[in-house]
Amino acid sequence: MKYESQSVAKLYFIAAIGLFVGQIVFGLVMGLQYVVGDFMFPEIPFNVARMVHTNLLIVWLLFGFMGAAYYLVPEEAETELHSPMLAKLMFWVFLVAGALTILGYLLVPYATLAEITGNHLLPTMGREFLEQPTITKIGIVIVALVFLYNIAFTILKGRKTVITLVLLIGLAGLAIFFLFSFYNPDNLVKDKFYWWFVVHLWVEGVWELIMASILAFVLIKTTGVDREIIEKWLYIIIAMALITGLIGTGHHFFWIGAPEYWLWWGSIFSALEPIPFFMMTVFAFNMVNKRRINHPNQPAVLWALGTAVMAFLGAGVWGFMHTLAPINYYTHGTQITAAHGHMAFYGAYVMIVLAIISYAMPMMRGRKACNSAASQVAEMWSFWLMTISMVFITLFLTGAGILQVWLQRFSDEPMSFMVVQDKIEVFYWMREGAGVVFLIGLLLYVYSFFIGGEERTVEEKV
Amino acid sequence: MYMQDTIKTKYPPGDLALWIFICAELLVFAIFFAAYAFTRASNIELFNQYQATLNTDLALLNTIALLTSSYFVVSAIISIKENKQKQSTRFLSLSILGGCAFLIMKMTEYSHHMSEGINLTTNLFYMFYLSLTFFHFMHVILGIMILTVLWLNTRKGLYTADNHDGLVSGGAYWHMVDLVWLILFPLIYIMR
Repeated sequence: MKYESQSVAKLYFIAAIGLFVGQIVFGLVMGLQYVVGDFMFPEIPFNVARMVHTNLLIVWLLFGFMGAAYYLVPEEAETELHSPMLAKLMFWVFLVAGALTILGYLLVPYATLAEITGNHLLPTMGREFLEQPTITKIGIVIVALVFLYNIAFTILKGRKTVITLVLLIGLAGLAIFFLFSFYNPDNLVKDKFYWWFVVHLWVEGVWELIMASILAFVLIKTTGVDREIIEKWLYIIIAMALITGLIGTGHHFFWIGAPEYWLWWGSIFSALEPIPFFMMTVFAFNMVNKRRINHPNQPAVLWALGTAVMAFLGAGVWGFMHTLAPINYYTHGTQITAAHGHMAFYGAYVMIVLAIISYAMPMMRGRKACNSAASQVAEMWSFWLMTISMVFITLFLTGAGILQVWLQRFSDEPMSFMVVQDKIEVFYWMREGAGVVFLIGLLLYVYSFFIGGEERTVEEKV
Repeated sequence: MYMQDTIKTKYPPGDLALWIFICAELLVFAIFFAAYAFTRASNIELFNQYQATLNTDLALLNTIALLTSSYFVVSAIISIKENKQKQSTRFLSLSILGGCAFLIMKMTEYSHHMSEGINLTTNLFYMFYLSLTFFHFMHVILGIMILTVLWLNTRKGLYTADNHDGLVSGGAYWHMVDLVWLILFPLIYIMR
């Protein structure tokens, strides 16, 4: 670790991992509720478990992105962080606000939570993924602004690189698009239209910039390839991500009452969204093949390559499968969407956060470059357990989705939703099994941090 | 002499990463063109009727503007290969002017359509016409921005006979914008 202030990232990474465990536990609860409908009812109804599962995902990824920025920006800018104290303060504000929100979901009925948090003054609650009380949303904006201030001033006083520039654009976009969560029109079409400005333009727009910049940083550090080559790739990847991702928002506007031209715009541009992910895969493998050093931190390289491949499969291939309007007409909102969502989030965002944690954490914990061999082996086992189980979760959900489309929407005598849910039960059981393996992998990942031993040898030239 | 040139010429010229980007861009347009062709096939009367409302003369002038602009980019690269930076800068200025002329003429067309109340929802033909030409219009703007950077770099003397990869790469992008228009022009304006 080159700069003392980079260590604030450690707090963010620890919180991210803790919340990740919580997210998976609630995922398993919800997965079981698909087949045992009254499991944990009325303590944790399905809608609450789902809300906690998705909200925890978003919050822990945000912790991960912030931690990544606090770690890599000082190193890239070659200067200490503008204000480490502010970074620590915002960490606690965000953590406490996040924890109170989750407790609110679990302890009081949602309507009561809306009432006691004064939702009627500025109604923003009740929409999928944006369920947070208005006061929490205001808190998120404050945390995001202070965070941006801290990062921007660090960059301004130091060296400016393409990586920090792209990261900053991504983070600024993240903050700006979140503002649409405060726009809650009565018109349901407009409501859905702008809701996607947060949801889509985050995950299929600005988050991709954040992901690409973190990936570029990890690859520069672990391969020793020239910065110019990596930066050039970064430029074309983000250009393509923006061209396809921004207009690709249209694939959410097919059936919400928006004008017909969105059927064309959405289909064409979103069909091309796999391209930047494919470029990222080519880029990552190219850089590792051209490496000038063998970095001793093998799990970090594994996560970096893994994120490129899994993001392409999950976001690219699984997204393409149902993005064209004539296909989406049948598949919209089925388990195929769930399959895509799981692998895309894991591949693109979970793995990139784990990649930077894997790279940075050993140094923040006082090691020279990496953990002991035993710890690295455990972490790589956790990589394979989580990744393979996620592949199976995706395949089982895809199977469930295909059957669902066939029985419920495509056959001559379509069945009702709940009858079909019964028919595809076996897929849900298999998905739950794969989910348990994922949790085991995650617990092994956490355990790997506590395995001591001698540090692996330092990097060697290829 | 010929053998020597063959050995010296790098293939593809310019930067490989940019060629991948160009291919991806061409793929976007190709899919759009294919969608246009398939839709037109089942709505020939509608497309013929509204194609007749387009200003073909202005579109032809636009084609000439882009082709001339591309010619000046080629001239700029030839000049730099002979280490004539000043001449190269002048050619780049002319190519930027060509791009700007295209933008002005296209905006004239758009303002005419807008004054008639035409928009993306008017009918299927106008949806494709406006989408395709506007997407291309945005590429012309990006191309002009790239040419401006090249112009600045050439003025600063950053390119030489031995080192002009950036100029060749930017030039390749501008030719791509040109090429797309060469397909778009007959497809939308002329073909009946």
